[in-house]
Amino acid sequence: MEKDINIIGFLCNWCSYAGADLTGLNRIIYPTNIKIVRIPCTGRMDPVLIMEAFHNGADGVLVSGCHPGDCHYTEGNYYWRRRHAVLKRLLEFLGIDERRFQATWVSASEGKRFAEVVKKVVDDVRSWKKNE
Amino acid sequence: MSKTGVFICHCGSNIAGVVAVEKVVESAKTLPGVKVAMDYKYMCSDPGQNLIINTIKEQALDRVVVGSCSPRMHENTFRMTIERAGLNPYRLEIANLREHVSWVHSEKASATDKAIKLVELAVAKVRRNEPLQKIYAEIEKRALVIGGGIAGIQAALDIAANGYKVTLVEREPSIGGRMSQLDKTFPTMDCSACILTPKMVAVAQNKDITLLTYAEVEQVHGYVGNFEVNINKKARFVSMTKCIGCGVCTEKCPSKKRLSEFNANIATRKAIYTPFPQAVPNIPVIDKDSCMYFATGKCKVCEKVCPAGAVDYTQEDEIITEKFGAIVVATGYDLYDHSSYGEYGYGEIPDVITGLQLERMINSGGPTGGHIKRPSDGKEPETVVFIQCVGSRDDAKGKPYCSRVCCMYTAKQALLLREHYPNSKAIVFYMDIRAAGKGYEEFIQRVQTEYGVLYLRGRVSRIYEKKDHLLVKGVDTLSGNQVEIKADMVVLATGLKPKKEAQNLAQLLHIGYDQNGFYTELHPKLAPVETQIAGVYLAGCCQSPKDIPDTVAQSSATAAKVGALLSKERLEIEPMISEVNPLLCSGCRMCYNACPYGAIEMEDTEIRRGEIRCVAKVLVSVCKGCGVCVAGCYCKAIDLKGWTDRQLMEQIKVISYC
Amino acid sequence: MYKVAYFPGCSLDSTAKEYGISTRLICKDLGIELLEIHAWICCGATTAHITSELMAAALPAMSLLQAEKRNLPICSPCSACFSRLKLADIDLKKNVQLRMDVAEVIGGEYKGTTEVLHLWQVIQKYGNLKPKKELKGLKVASYYGCLLTRPPEVCPDERIEDPQFLDNLVTSLGGEPVLRWNYKTQCCGAAFSLTKTDIVHRLSGEILKDARERDADCIIVACPLCHSNLDARQAEIKLNFSIPILYFTQLIGLALGYGYAELGLRKHFVQARGLLSLKGLL
Repeated sequence: MEKDINIIGFLCNWCSYAGADLTGLNRIIYPTNIKIVRIPCTGRMDPVLIMEAFHNGADGVLVSGCHPGDCHYTEGNYYWRRRHAVLKRLLEFLGIDERRFQATWVSASEGKRFAEVVKKVVDDVRSWKKNE
Repeated sequence: MSKTGVFICHCGSNIAGVVAVEKVVESAKTLPGVKVAMDYKYMCSDPGQNLIINTIKEQALDRVVVGSCSPRMHENTFRMTIERAGLNPYRLEIANLREHVSWVHSEKASATDKAIKLVELAVAKVRRNEPLQKIYAEIEKRALVIGGGIAGIQAALDIAANGYKVTLVEREPSIGGRMSQLDKTFPTMDCSACILTPKMVAVAQNKDITLLTYAEVEQVHGYVGNFEVNINKKARFVSMTKCIGCGVCTEKCPSKKRLSEFNANIATRKAIYTPFPQAVPNIPVIDKDSCMYFATGKCKVCEKVCPAGAVDYTQEDEIITEKFGAIVVATGYDLYDHSSYGEYGYGEIPDVITGLQLERMINSGGPTGGHIKRPSDGKEPETVVFIQCVGSRDDAKGKPYCSRVCCMYTAKQALLLREHYPNSKAIVFYMDIRAAGKGYEEFIQRVQTEYGVLYLRGRVSRIYEKKDHLLVKGVDTLSGNQVEIKADMVVLATGLKPKKEAQNLAQLLHIGYDQNGFYTELHPKLAPVETQIAGVYLAGCCQSPKDIPDTVAQSSATAAKVGALLSKERLEIEPMISEVNPLLCSGCRMCYNACPYGAIEMEDTEIRRGEIRCVAKVLVSVCKGCGVCVAGCYCKAIDLKGWTDRQLMEQIKVISYC
Repeated sequence: MYKVAYFPGCSLDSTAKEYGISTRLICKDLGIELLEIHAWICCGATTAHITSELMAAALPAMSLLQAEKRNLPICSPCSACFSRLKLADIDLKKNVQLRMDVAEVIGGEYKGTTEVLHLWQVIQKYGNLKPKKELKGLKVASYYGCLLTRPPEVCPDERIEDPQFLDNLVTSLGGEPVLRWNYKTQCCGAAFSLTKTDIVHRLSGEILKDARERDADCIIVACPLCHSNLDARQAEIKLNFSIPILYFTQLIGLALGYGYAELGLRKHFVQARGLLSLKGLL
């Protein structure tokens, strides 16, 4: 059987990780393809870490943090937003399909939204893999 | 080789019902560095924790992985557990097998596979966990309370009663807040002023409380135990020390009359004024915008009539900087502005008033001397229609929440109307009656039966302005009939919303607020007065709408938390913060510029013997551990303890090789 | 001259002939050229939108497409036509599937580039309105009805419960608008015009009575149905007064100096001649 897709999710501790916890609390089912790594803040996301994930064979990467303006550390997610914009173009240049690298904002109260985000990312990465 | 112990919790059937726990244990045993793996029904219970402690001791473990619920739930619990077994508490990792696996996946085989992977992830990370030492800081044993309504007053009094110094900052010329505007309080109908004014006086007389009225917080720096706050003492143009509070200046002031904020705009005030006669402090201020002297350079009547020579037009705003260990936010609420309700006349029909305006009318100290009068012609109203939920529970207006007090204050006002004018008729349109409080339901019943207030369940579709009355059209959903009421006056129970400037203050303090703008507590159930910023606490309606009893209870709770903080000799700070390796640092200042907290200093350091360079240094008590600096460092000279590059790399490898 | 595709609709040549006449008359003066859409068809009002979504969109789309092809904004004086055109325009922009289906039915795709305007909007935006005669002392209640104000997305005013645009027009003509009149968007009962006239009598009666109570001399409308209910039924409603109902275009016409007959005012059931001569407007 073909190996199922494998997605690594970097979630900030204060919003998205808590949001993902809320998804659990509300028992909203989503695909198992995502494995979550807790980070303190999306501002901690060194682009090298994402390159490393693709380098090691991850099918997709999701980074999710607090909504702009809501960062626990005031402005960490703004740093991430700028890094993300640059990294996205770099990955495009390297030939990594844009569906494989996604960034979003999920707050601690958006449990339902987190499940939707995961479903979408899994669908996107699947559709990429199919055409591969 | 590290000696890691893996402990998988069943959480009753919460985890074990979906995840094959024994398979997770078996697989964990094969992981590099794992010495022992086992499972237990409730790992967080006393026997569960003892199991961990005993195993650590028996097997001489140096690291622990617990597969259980979210680390946001029990990370601290298990840190304390392994500390009790003699391990450094930071040599622990949690695999989130409940919120991220068993509760969100239903298919057992794939859920088990994911659980196995998450445990592997945690084992990979824990292998690189360094022992971290707690950091300690001094505490400034003084508290700042922002907002001088009943919430702030109660908090200040309680903190002072615990023996700590308090500074109470209020932006208006007097403390007292919303409660001082009210007439009676439900459900006991005690007079609001009678129970509030003694507390206001107590604040003024308490030697441990410094009262700063007509002042605002401008800037906040620092961290728990060591906040540095800039407070702007706005120019009052009246000397606090000379004024004797005689009120002659107000009496003689010739300025055009402004609408009185305190009287909810149904009366006017002068340019030099105290908001109300019982003001604390009883010292007037000059409102620069409506003062003739400031507009034209002529007048100076107040200066001439003041017997104490207290008027001083040269006063300027003064910014003072003070240090505090804790901050209590008690900024209260604003009332919803009903001018967005077209069906109620866009706030332009004179005889459609708000609950607070009626409150000022009923109040014997108010502008109508306690008589309810129609604003249009001053007549006594016979039929008064009350409409509840104006700006509450209304998605169309962006206010989905319940304001909690409107049902009760409407009932109170209907009662007062009936008491005042026995021939009057009171009709209330409501959606639901929410009277969940001690004695509240009984009160509502009393208003309906004893006072004959007519309650109609339904909404008003439109208020028509007729020549000498209002025509209120609505629906009574219980009888299913449309109703038309000829009313003399309509009172809108406008809801509560956060203060207009609440978000600015949140930014200053770095505290969060929800989609409605109310400040977010740390945990809705278990930490209702704390915020996510240590040392900043909440009280009253700035957190969510609440009535006076709940506000007072929350304020006392906050004061207890402040007391607990200030009573500590020194403060523990999370050690998961950034650290610079000076050997690698190039001194490029990337981290210095990026840090949102100003926690990085550039300092000449002796790196090797004889080699002095300017490199970055982390101020341990200021760093919050966000990691922005780490991601920005070109030479990988700075790293975040507990979330190091190596740890994240290990985790990435584990997942990516799935 | 400002060019606009003109959709008169069925009423403007029949029951509301005077609305059509006065519209053409004043537009010439205001520098607006009305280019009548070739072979326009029914807008679908009153029946299409409760029968079929496709029909409700396809009927107006025929006219919208014509205007789009000529790269003109489209305008109608009739509130019902305006409402249908505007709602079809909104639906077609939003719903791709519907757009495709409609394209198949009418044989051409409407891309949604046409601006849909009510005649009032055209006059306000592009008309060169210079009154020759001020309507001094004329107290006018503006009745907007439902089709210009509901649903909110068609309403040209932000204050959907208390629109102001006709009142502002009255002010600019030198007249005196009845302000804060709460009945201006009230239902006149038009849907029951033929089936349950007693309801029409009650609802329209309330509107007329309140206008009189507020000392209005006349009421202006922008909808043929409103007009027929308020004007033609006044006798049936059995009021102890009568109040002339004018189209807003006729009011503009008066300010531009046109005569009573020219503006088709003779066609109304309640004659305004007495009032207008009293105010010196004839």
